[in-house]
Amino acid sequence: MPRNKNIKSVLIIGSGPIIIGQACEFDYSGSQAVRSLKEEGIEVILINSNPATIMTDPTFADHIYLKPLTKKSIIEILKNHKIDAVLPTMGGQTALNLAIDCHKAGIWENFNVKIIGVDLLAVETTEDREKFRLKMHELGANVCKGRTATSFLEGKKIAQEIGFPLVLRPSYTLGGTGGGFVDSAEQFNDALTHALKASPIHEVLVEQSIMGWKEFELELLRDANENIIIICSIENFDPMGIHTGDSITVAPAMTLSDVQYQRMRDLAIKCMNGIGQYAGGCNIQFSMHPETEEIIVIEINPRVSRSSALASKATGYPIAKISAKLALGYTLDELKNQITQTTSAYFEPSIDYVVVKVPRWNFDKFPGADKRLGLQMKSVGEAMGIGRNFQEALQKACQSLENRRNGLGADGKELTDQAKILESLEFPSADRVFHIKDAFTMGISFRTIQKLTKIDKWFLNQVQELAFLDKEIQQFSIDNISPELLLKAKQKGYADRQIAHLLRCLESQIYQKRQDLGIKRLYKMVDTCAAEFEAKTPYFYSTFSGISLENPKNSYNESIPSTKKKIIILGAGPNRIGQGIEFDYCCVHGVLAVKELGYEAIMINCNPETVSTDFDIADKLYFEPVFWEHIYDIILHEKPEGVIVQLGGQTALKLAEKLNRYGIKIIGTSYKALDLAEDRERFSMLLKENDIPYPEFVAVRTAEEALEVSKTLEFPLLVRPSYVLGGQKMKIVIDEQELEQHVVEVLNDFPDNNILIDRFLDNAIEAEADAICDGETVYIIGIMEHVEPAGIHSGDSNALLPPFSLSPMLMEQIAKHTKKIAMALETRGLINIQFAIKNNKVYIIEANPRASRTVPFICKAYQKPYIKFATQIMTGDRKLSDFDLDKSATSYFIPVKQSDKQDAKQGYAIKQPVFSFNKFPNVNKELGPEMKSTGEAIYFIEDLQDDVFLNIYEERNLYLSR
Amino acid sequence: MTGYQEIYTDPSYFGQIVINTNVHIGNYGTLAQENESNNVQIKGMICQAFSEVFSRGNDAISLQKYLENANITAITDIDTRALVQHIRKNGAMNAVISSEIHEIDFLKNHLENTPNMAGLELASHVSTQEPYYWGNSESKYKVAVLDFGIKKNILRNFEKNNLFCKVFPAKTTFQEMELWQPNAYFLSNGPGDPAPMQYAIDTAKAILNANKPLFGICLGQQLLALAVGLSTYKLHHGHRGLNHPVKNLETGKCEMTSQNHGFGVSEFDVAKSKHVKTTHINLNDNSIEGLRVMDKPAFSVQYHPEASPGTHDSEYLFKKFVEMMN
Repeated sequence: MPRNKNIKSVLIIGSGPIIIGQACEFDYSGSQAVRSLKEEGIEVILINSNPATIMTDPTFADHIYLKPLTKKSIIEILKNHKIDAVLPTMGGQTALNLAIDCHKAGIWENFNVKIIGVDLLAVETTEDREKFRLKMHELGANVCKGRTATSFLEGKKIAQEIGFPLVLRPSYTLGGTGGGFVDSAEQFNDALTHALKASPIHEVLVEQSIMGWKEFELELLRDANENIIIICSIENFDPMGIHTGDSITVAPAMTLSDVQYQRMRDLAIKCMNGIGQYAGGCNIQFSMHPETEEIIVIEINPRVSRSSALASKATGYPIAKISAKLALGYTLDELKNQITQTTSAYFEPSIDYVVVKVPRWNFDKFPGADKRLGLQMKSVGEAMGIGRNFQEALQKACQSLENRRNGLGADGKELTDQAKILESLEFPSADRVFHIKDAFTMGISFRTIQKLTKIDKWFLNQVQELAFLDKEIQQFSIDNISPELLLKAKQKGYADRQIAHLLRCLESQIYQKRQDLGIKRLYKMVDTCAAEFEAKTPYFYSTFSGISLENPKNSYNESIPSTKKKIIILGAGPNRIGQGIEFDYCCVHGVLAVKELGYEAIMINCNPETVSTDFDIADKLYFEPVFWEHIYDIILHEKPEGVIVQLGGQTALKLAEKLNRYGIKIIGTSYKALDLAEDRERFSMLLKENDIPYPEFVAVRTAEEALEVSKTLEFPLLVRPSYVLGGQKMKIVIDEQELEQHVVEVLNDFPDNNILIDRFLDNAIEAEADAICDGETVYIIGIMEHVEPAGIHSGDSNALLPPFSLSPMLMEQIAKHTKKIAMALETRGLINIQFAIKNNKVYIIEANPRASRTVPFICKAYQKPYIKFATQIMTGDRKLSDFDLDKSATSYFIPVKQSDKQDAKQGYAIKQPVFSFNKFPNVNKELGPEMKSTGEAIYFIEDLQDDVFLNIYEERNLYLSR
Repeated sequence: MTGYQEIYTDPSYFGQIVINTNVHIGNYGTLAQENESNNVQIKGMICQAFSEVFSRGNDAISLQKYLENANITAITDIDTRALVQHIRKNGAMNAVISSEIHEIDFLKNHLENTPNMAGLELASHVSTQEPYYWGNSESKYKVAVLDFGIKKNILRNFEKNNLFCKVFPAKTTFQEMELWQPNAYFLSNGPGDPAPMQYAIDTAKAILNANKPLFGICLGQQLLALAVGLSTYKLHHGHRGLNHPVKNLETGKCEMTSQNHGFGVSEFDVAKSKHVKTTHINLNDNSIEGLRVMDKPAFSVQYHPEASPGTHDSEYLFKKFVEMMN
């Protein structure tokens, strides 16, 4: 069936700001869908309120609406454009919910818009727990025992019928908000009340608990001809009871026999056909009793999901791209496998490696939060490791986490308190897998560990092997470890640093030893077909499997460096608060800018949710941890002109020091300048020399020094460690007791860091400027004024572009300071400077010579590709004068314009932070110097009388904390 | 990809060394009821990461034990991906695994003296020696099954469709089978080259001449093709695995199929032939996956609708066979 020629224009709905449970994976799917539709010559109209997305770039869709995801916006778009169809499956639950709202209001019907890629009835069936149960019953699929309650009394009655343990699942909530397990009647009343409140329609499913059963997911694709394929099977390391977003997941499934797998596949096909008729993607979650092998259907998501992004990255099969084509009417057999380009898209990928995803939590940002994992997702990001066995993949995923570990243990940071370990095993919180290894190391029995964790014995055995291997290695030293044992450790994913710790030597000694022995990384391709067909897709991962000690030259390396000039761009790793989608946006544009100059662009990243790790963005993709050892090996292998570190947030920037030490060229601003900006003392000297004011401060290393300092600087004081992002551990203290307490806490977390104590400018206005410098001139791309007073982290503040209350005199001070600092730091590329303004004086709070969180926002508001400009300046190929920029003295006052009708002299873009506090009901919502928001939205206003702005302005002090 | 035990016991793999592309092998153990024949049929096994520890219920035994019992040599920690790429470039080839003899020249010599698969008749080695019965003896329909190395799941599928089967040794003639008065005939899968199996080609011709319903799977399809005058050839490297995309040209629907064949029916001959029609094609390389003989109640597929291991997408073919008997 060829594509439906009646569809000439399609509206894609994005997922809006990043929240827990709905992250940048939907930028990945959305941008793939846009490109896929454009390939077919379709006019693409897009709505998304998240400015830091690739999908909303003008180079992708034809018409972009950076507007709130509301019915009002949809109507406005439908009035402006003739739209034939809407594709609502690429923007997560947010997009689907909006599509349903519009459908109920008759909007699609009124404007004669066809809904493609989904069956709204299927969405309703899968979202409404009662309808879902009835449907599964009709299809002969098992589900949990349980019923829906719409009142407290009804809920209690059902609980009595089923008995404990129970699960509560509120209807229509994201990522399971408000749900949870209840073990006893005593806890039940509170939990039920909470769950009823969490559901927008006050409906809760009271269900039998299947905690501890094995958990699996299948990713399906179906075309209009009812052809269904399974792209990937995913097994959860953590059994039922922990939200899949908070579970370590593994692909392909590790502990399923063919008989079990085919039963699951049959059931999946039956379910997908049973819930509705549509062409597109679907994710089905199953659980299986470990002994009886009974299979239960847990959940169906009839859309592109977080798991489909993972499945795409895990297999190489671009689910979103193909689903978009299927939605147009194509059948799978008419499309080609995008990786091989010669075989069919009607194909189930076979993978000859193992993929492990490990979630990244950020509980430190939510003091007071319930850190236990359960049915509600709490992680803020994820990292994926690819290896030639489970252990290698698991270690690589752990090395990607950037949680100040070097992989799974073997770093001296192990837990050794038996009671703590046991508690962590039974009541999982962040990074439980580390504690499982600690338990084995400590000698806790396999039986106890299995009893407490309920994790499958095959997985536990894999972790146990690592604990034993640690001990085996420890018996040797660098001089007498055998080549075989060293190779074995590398094949099981150990970082040189972990081995060095176990052998009590230096990382560089391990590195040298394995170089001498020929134990070097091999690169293998992700090709969807386990090498059965030839593939040319430049998507690689490293492994130590396949190395022959006797004849190292016989090892088979698939990544062959080209003779072209190359540039490596370092990605930002897993999402966390303070470092999210904005930096992936910057990386993607960096890649595109470098490609445009004719270099081969090489991307290194380990975050499966990103656009930067899409196989057709960079010329070459290494899906590897943004971790020194992996990066250094790629650099040695590829021999690039240099490495770009200023686009990948603090993760990439932190590697600058080592790159510099190893003589590797950093493209753009030098390490010296990056370091100077981070070193508060030297930076203040520089400010002083340039006659730029800054708040008084002192750097200390102990609590004693801090208390001494507080005698000269007046309270309130701002305390923070240097070299951190997102205001980590930054706090305003008002007295000696708070000061000491916080300094001790910081010292505990960052033992080697200086602690900075600043005089806090009370009630100051905060502003920030982003600029590009080519070494000769500085161009300010935007100045933003925060609505909230200084003291609230810039990421958590509402901010306006351009400023709304600053006088021309202050603006000139800001501009002057920015230019001076950018030049003094010898910036090549981007710089972000933050200011506090008090009594008509502009103080410098900090300067970051790198892409900041606000750059994508400014690019979108002014519709200018500033990251491209900055990148091409970093490489030295272009100067600011090569670009079409408004160089008038007042360029930083330029109003933003969303439509032509708007008055050219006014117009602002508001950056609105978005929080995920509903995931942490007990957390204080107060804001301070430590960032807590998970995402942001852009909102354009024509003037300052706008209700949205007035409302934000009125509430500006509401959540301020000390 | 799952299903190692089913593969190792599939008689079509008789005498071969199997390379597993899936990384972990052995991780879910083995279960007696998941055998596809009474013996382990492969000669050797190569994998990337062998698991001695496995996750399965109490009846299971480890793959280590299972292979030891069958006296099969297996080798692990091999870069299977590099090996697959080697075979993709150079074609399927003979190989030797040795744990005791380390002299390369001796092993090379041994390898040179091993016959090539082309021209090798292996079916009669794996076929049953004595006829046996399978299925529902009360059934309306009786099927004569010619065993060239049949997989048990084919018989289980016949049973599921309420058929009564008598399984005959490979070299049984049409006349001998006809004495049992079957309603239909079945040509099974099996190992080796179909071309030297003149005895089976003659049997297939006789069945066709008698206008009896006939269904062939894998080797069965190749024999049917030879019987109507088409030729077969050895593939550069065979189709193996459980994710081969096939399109049914008669319905337009697609099936994810399980495959294991090193020989195929000549596309060129099929295109020329007036006796047969292509019913199924492979979506990757457009090779012939299914045939129907014109004016005769006979059809065949190159893939394995009984799967095991593999999907259940093609089970409808067994129903189609039953319909032919109606």
